[in-house]
Amino acid sequence: MKKAVVVLLIALVVLPSAFAAGQADTKQAEKKVVQVFGAFVDEELRRFEEAIVPFEERTGIDVVYEGSKDFETLISVRVEGGNPPDIAALPQPGLMYNFASQGYLVPMWDSLLEAVDANYAPVWKDLGSYDGVPYGVFHRVNAKSFVWYPKKAWAREGYEVPTTWDEMIALMDKMVANGHTPWSIGIEAGGATGWVGTDWVEDVMLRTAGPEVYDKWVNHEIPFNAPEVKEAFDIIGKIWLNPKYVYGGTNTILTQSYTDSPRTMFENPPRSWMHRQGNFVTSFLQDDIQANLEEEVGVFPLPSINEEFGIPILGGGDQFVVFNDRPEVREFMEFLATWESGEIWAKRGGALFPYLNQDLNAYPNEIERSLAEALVNAKVFRFDASDLMPGQVGAGSFWTGIVDWVNGKNLDTMLSDVQKSWPK
Amino acid sequence: MTTIERQDKPTSSLIKLGRIAFSVLVLVGVLFVLWVGFIFLRDSNASQGIIAIIAIVWGVGGIALLFWVADWVVNRTSTATAKRLQPFIFVGPALIILAWYLFIPTVRSLYLSFFDAQSKNFVGLANYVFAFTDSKMRESFTNNLLWLVIGTGGAVGFGLIIALLTDRVKMEKVFKSIIFMPMAISFVGAGVIWRFIYSYKPAGEDQIGLLNAIVTFFGGEPQAWFTMPFWNNIFLIAILVWLQTGYAMVIISSALKGVPSTIIEAGRIDGAGEFRIIRSIIIPFIAPTLVTVSTTIIIITLKIFDIVFTMTNGNYGTEVIASMQYKQMFRFYHYGRGSAIAIVLVLAVIPVMWYNLHQFSKREGF
Amino acid sequence: MTSLARKRQNRWNVVVNIVLIVLVIVWSIPIIGLLISSVRPQDDVLNTGWWTVFKGDGDFTLNNYRRVLGGRQATFTDAEGNVLRASGDNLSQAFINSFTVTVPSVIIPILIAAAAAFGFAWMVFPGRKLFFTIVVALLVVPLQIALIPILRDYMKIGLTGSYLGIWLAHTGFGLPLGIYLLYNYISTIPRDVFESAFLDGARPMVIFVRLVLPLSVPAIASLGIFQFLWVWNDLLVALVFLGGTSDVAVLTQRLANMVGSRGQDWHLLTAGAFVVMIVPILVFFFLQRYFVQGLMAGSVKG
Repeated sequence: MKKAVVVLLIALVVLPSAFAAGQADTKQAEKKVVQVFGAFVDEELRRFEEAIVPFEERTGIDVVYEGSKDFETLISVRVEGGNPPDIAALPQPGLMYNFASQGYLVPMWDSLLEAVDANYAPVWKDLGSYDGVPYGVFHRVNAKSFVWYPKKAWAREGYEVPTTWDEMIALMDKMVANGHTPWSIGIEAGGATGWVGTDWVEDVMLRTAGPEVYDKWVNHEIPFNAPEVKEAFDIIGKIWLNPKYVYGGTNTILTQSYTDSPRTMFENPPRSWMHRQGNFVTSFLQDDIQANLEEEVGVFPLPSINEEFGIPILGGGDQFVVFNDRPEVREFMEFLATWESGEIWAKRGGALFPYLNQDLNAYPNEIERSLAEALVNAKVFRFDASDLMPGQVGAGSFWTGIVDWVNGKNLDTMLSDVQKSWPK
Repeated sequence: MTTIERQDKPTSSLIKLGRIAFSVLVLVGVLFVLWVGFIFLRDSNASQGIIAIIAIVWGVGGIALLFWVADWVVNRTSTATAKRLQPFIFVGPALIILAWYLFIPTVRSLYLSFFDAQSKNFVGLANYVFAFTDSKMRESFTNNLLWLVIGTGGAVGFGLIIALLTDRVKMEKVFKSIIFMPMAISFVGAGVIWRFIYSYKPAGEDQIGLLNAIVTFFGGEPQAWFTMPFWNNIFLIAILVWLQTGYAMVIISSALKGVPSTIIEAGRIDGAGEFRIIRSIIIPFIAPTLVTVSTTIIIITLKIFDIVFTMTNGNYGTEVIASMQYKQMFRFYHYGRGSAIAIVLVLAVIPVMWYNLHQFSKREGF
Repeated sequence: MTSLARKRQNRWNVVVNIVLIVLVIVWSIPIIGLLISSVRPQDDVLNTGWWTVFKGDGDFTLNNYRRVLGGRQATFTDAEGNVLRASGDNLSQAFINSFTVTVPSVIIPILIAAAAAFGFAWMVFPGRKLFFTIVVALLVVPLQIALIPILRDYMKIGLTGSYLGIWLAHTGFGLPLGIYLLYNYISTIPRDVFESAFLDGARPMVIFVRLVLPLSVPAIASLGIFQFLWVWNDLLVALVFLGGTSDVAVLTQRLANMVGSRGQDWHLLTAGAFVVMIVPILVFFFLQRYFVQGLMAGSVKG
């Protein structure tokens, strides 16, 4: 045994030193590296990497992107643990407020600020600010106030796109009379179940109460259970809780995955005829539908309810924030603030960008072009309220409140429970 | 050689000093070697395969070497000192690592549990008040009790039955491997398959969930299983039993192999039936193992998190403590509450600890 | 054995086999469902139950496996109408990473836990009860609370992103169970096995290496398989201490990220689950002969 230990000891000393000697020669010239950490993975990750190639080629800076589906957990552990990435793409402004308030973030510097002022509508700068100080730069964003439908089946039945809420209700009744189920709704999303419902509530609130009340609601200047919120729930309830209007009734709303539910529109015959969801919905559809998007899929904005507020657009998006201030990090952030950083991705499809000076012709199909146009030209654009509210509500009681309500809980009780959970 | 050295012969203080110095030198030398290895592994950019092999040799060999050298050093001291230090060579490394990785973080959590979300202001017992009065938390306590009783009972019960039965058949390895397989599936995969079992589609559609397919085959109405109060907990616990029975089976089975065959044969010759043999010979013999297995599965049920989080997210009255802890910490970024709930979990395990300590006291060392 | 006893034995065997077969069928239904789903096209998986294949419906495909093993072959058409292909990275790197993480993360804690279990079981020292109580209590501590403080320490000493860091982390998180399980086994080794050795004045280290370790093989093998499974299937600890960039990503990270940002491709998980499962099952088969042998049986006799 002693012999074995001696051999081991020698091996431990000799082997590493042997390799240590070899490695000195192989080490390459130091390349400047920018680490970016975000929540998007797989296909979107690859698109992002493609989109930043021009930057890497021009500057010689290596941008290393790491994506993880456990982003929310990891980012807080890494930041609190003293190991933040250079740049993080935060999906929720709430997360940015949290880091900004604790002084982890680097505020925008003058040249970046200039680029942001020039290339974005003011709303994006505000969304990236905490306490009046701008931190976050938006890149890829999404727009959610859209209704999708099976184009060919609609044409066959002679259904027409509604332009007002009443027209939409009339259309729904017509569908029911024809033996069709108008809506497909699924809010199941594993640990995030319920968010689809929060989007509906927000969309309707923007249409009935308007953006100012909406902002007050987000900032808790009016209580969560204000009459305006209740009204929005009542309007949605007329659709959601009526089994004639929704495929499979409330049980299906609760148990069907939000990625599966749009697929029911493209079965033969269609199980449902409309689906409200963001621009990313196309990636959930059947392969053959995705291949013929323009022929198969129709889309219109969720109609207006109160003409005063028109057709507001609800959206979301990742904001890029800086944790480590280095020249190459700054350079990359400034690149992200320009349309150049989105153009390649826009051409590939599957993403919308907020840049004012973007070239709408870059988008590969009519659907995305029209969505991008709606996004850039929207008179009223508002960020997803549940992402802006404190986590206890926005990613907690609001989600579960929706689920409880669909499952039969009294609306007033549910709303006041959510109100109680708002952190003081 | 060691026996001679350990005799308490009078030695001059100089030799003693030299011996200590030499021991320390050896210790330092070993630590240095390990450090060089570490620096190399940290900074090297040799090919992955080579690094992996060196890393494995270095890591495993290094630990063995540390044990060996520590033992050698201690044995160079006087007998009395050696005797006092000996136990710490064995438990020392474990205690140091545990202190670093789990004990100190737990103490830190205890401290943070008296502070607010961002750990800035002292809030007294507010987080504990939350932990015991919040309606979701109260729901979690009841549910965890359900998990503890049914989950542990199910997994240990099935594990015991299967271990006892497979002990008596030829195809032992095949049967055991199948029961064990769920443990090998990572939970992301297992989650998908349980979706295929509990999935719900409206009446009249093709069911893709096995349970609903069976129900509709016999003319029943399809059910949304996860929304059924109380029973949804049982459906979730079934997943745990499916996963953990393999664990119970492996441990119990290895204890069964230790039951001396002579005792069992003696029982048979006395004319005892199989049930009698199991009840009065085998079970008492493996009782300590059953305690061990139950303890670990009780702790698993207290910490249960991923099944609930991915299947129902705690909706429909299925919330559990560990999922609340995770949400407070990483969803709501409320470190105070998250820490308080973690401490509550540690408190909840006190009865189990007490029982184990009781067992522990029965055994004596040298 | 009398013929009556033998007859009873035979009847027993039939009953035992039937009960076992029923249990095994129940246990394997989900796995069979998973296996069948992993070779079905996505649309079939979402539209019909997996058992319908027994009726002869539906197609089989290896596409799910192809995509999991070879990375996604993304085909898309750009604005100018060119068809482009992008292929993902393969899994071999992730396999190597997983092995590098797992092997020491299994052996190191077992060594340390076995030594500690021996210490707790057979040696007397001050604080023995207190320390043991703490070890049991630490079993229930959620490892999430340790991530931030440990990461801070790692940043100070440069352990972040190193394999040593993740081995130690898995050692720390795996030790309570390891010590607890091995203690319960080692403490039941009959006293007379080492009584003579102790009386002969043999060093504890010698007793540990020569007697305790060999006698504990069944328990060590069982613990080994559980620690292996835990480390192999772990995602969180690896992501925190090792990171998730492609050069260090372990298998589970690759698979988790393969299902799309919104998890829409979860049919790939069925194939992924089997790919990830291969190694643990092989390890189980390899170790099984150690823990079914029952080495204890021999030592207890007499």
